[in-house]
Amino acid sequence: MSSSNNLLLEAKGITKYFGTITALENVNLKVHAGECLGVVGDNGAGKSTLMKVLSGLYKPSSGSLFFEGKEKVLESPRDSQNLGLEMVYQDLALAGNLPIGENIFLGREPTKNFGLIKLLDFKKIKELTDAHLGKLKINVKSADQKVEELSGGQRQAVAIARSTAFDAKVVIMDEPTAALAIKEVGKVLDLINSLKKTGVGVIVISHRMDDIFTVSDRVMALFQGTNFAEAELSKTSRDEVIGWIMGKK
Amino acid sequence: MIEEKDKKQESLYLKLIPYFDKYGILLLLVIMILVMHILQPDVFLSWRNVTNVFKQISWQSMLALGVFMVIVTAGIDLSVGSIMMLSLMILAIVAKAGAPWFLVVMTPLIAGFLCGLINGAGITFLRMPHPFIMTLGTLYIFRGTGNLISGGTPISGFTDEVRYLGHGRIDLTWLGLEKSQYLPVSLVLIAIVYFIFWIFMNHSRTGKWIYAIGGNPNAARASGINVNKILIIVYSLCGFLSGIGALILAGRADSGYPNAGLQSELDAIAACIIGGASFFGGRGTVLGVFAGVMIMGILRNGLNLMDVSSFWQQVLIGSIIVLAVYIDVLRRDLSTRK
Repeated sequence: MSSSNNLLLEAKGITKYFGTITALENVNLKVHAGECLGVVGDNGAGKSTLMKVLSGLYKPSSGSLFFEGKEKVLESPRDSQNLGLEMVYQDLALAGNLPIGENIFLGREPTKNFGLIKLLDFKKIKELTDAHLGKLKINVKSADQKVEELSGGQRQAVAIARSTAFDAKVVIMDEPTAALAIKEVGKVLDLINSLKKTGVGVIVISHRMDDIFTVSDRVMALFQGTNFAEAELSKTSRDEVIGWIMGKK
Repeated sequence: MIEEKDKKQESLYLKLIPYFDKYGILLLLVIMILVMHILQPDVFLSWRNVTNVFKQISWQSMLALGVFMVIVTAGIDLSVGSIMMLSLMILAIVAKAGAPWFLVVMTPLIAGFLCGLINGAGITFLRMPHPFIMTLGTLYIFRGTGNLISGGTPISGFTDEVRYLGHGRIDLTWLGLEKSQYLPVSLVLIAIVYFIFWIFMNHSRTGKWIYAIGGNPNAARASGINVNKILIIVYSLCGFLSGIGALILAGRADSGYPNAGLQSELDAIAACIIGGASFFGGRGTVLGVFAGVMIMGILRNGLNLMDVSSFWQQVLIGSIIVLAVYIDVLRRDLSTRK
């Protein structure tokens, strides 16, 4: 794998200070098309800060981001979304009172013109939602079901569907299985695997070794804001990765 | 066999729940109308009384619609009564200064909109911890300002053009009806305004985002929605609707008076709650608010017809608020137990 022509996202020398605190120091990261990078690290290791830099929520103090080989400066999450980089948040970021389809297209709803005014195109939302859920093999009763009526796993699936509805090239997932019942974890991990097959680059942050070893191709450990260790999944073991999290090589 | 029957019945019941969700409040409204009709068969459904009810709820329905949008965002606007009073006073002063009628008609709309803009700006830019606080402040500020500019005395006497929306009559004699069977302009206005806002809330992106903000503001933010901008729009529209309320009241009362809209913010909130809007945001319909306004209007009208003391009206309206919300709690219990 990893010929340089399918390199999607690269971060070089990312450093982030908050006042006098150094959250990240000279961190590098690469994701290729169709690849899943697992990011591990203890609380405070800088995982979330790094993801927020990648999604444009934070501006790095120094360092640069390359997207498909070109250097990009992200001013806001909108910029990263426009590049095809989507974030699935830990708290899911769905509106429970709205149906599945309207959540997936929230903020980017298709409209049609009625004279001078633009109205929502509910038919198109439903068609696009059904097609998209079908592509990802996500089973729900109907696209009109409200999100608050779904189980935790179904909600996570909707959140992932939402992140990929607009031709995402890279999807970043923060603890995608943290809030789920055990029997639903497998389904979400399957979904991540089928996402990889569509050529999307995935970054998964997780505490669960099971998750990392089920979906990742490569695993990278952060320790106290620096790159600590990185390896192809086939060339490492759970015990070794757990050691990295605690700062032992 | 019996089990199967049970299942069928249960699934029918579950299928009906969404309809109760949507139209249950209309059912209550129809029942109230029937009861009133039985109690007062000669008067209640007469042309004169029906148009009376609509004239009485005309300006309240505007305030309720504005407060409804605010409640959908999980906010609250306590200042609508004061916005209406201030807009009315400004209208009265401009009218007395001899401005042409189209200017006079525009002033309360602009004044209301600006008052709402102040509320929205305070909630977002001053980062008030809750809209309750900002609008409680402006409740006093706007009413005080209205009294300051008018000297706290009524200003009466407007031209027919200014009074048209609140007092105008659409003649229906060409339909073969009698002269007394006219259509109040305010009724047509309610229908138009509610229809526009129904479209806005249900079929526009901004409307959808208002519901999304009430459901989960973080989700809205993560979706790239400018939450502060939408909130400012919502509070400004609420102020604008209060301005329309002022224009209607100017027509009805033919006077700007210091007590206009006193405590009407509470009536507006009550109508929203009776109509099924949730205080936690994200829930409620324009149709429900209309039903809420109608229920309060019919209750007041019916009790007046039966010569019941207005003190009893207060007790009954309070009871209906508690009852309506309790029915909602029960319904939610049932629909989540599936």
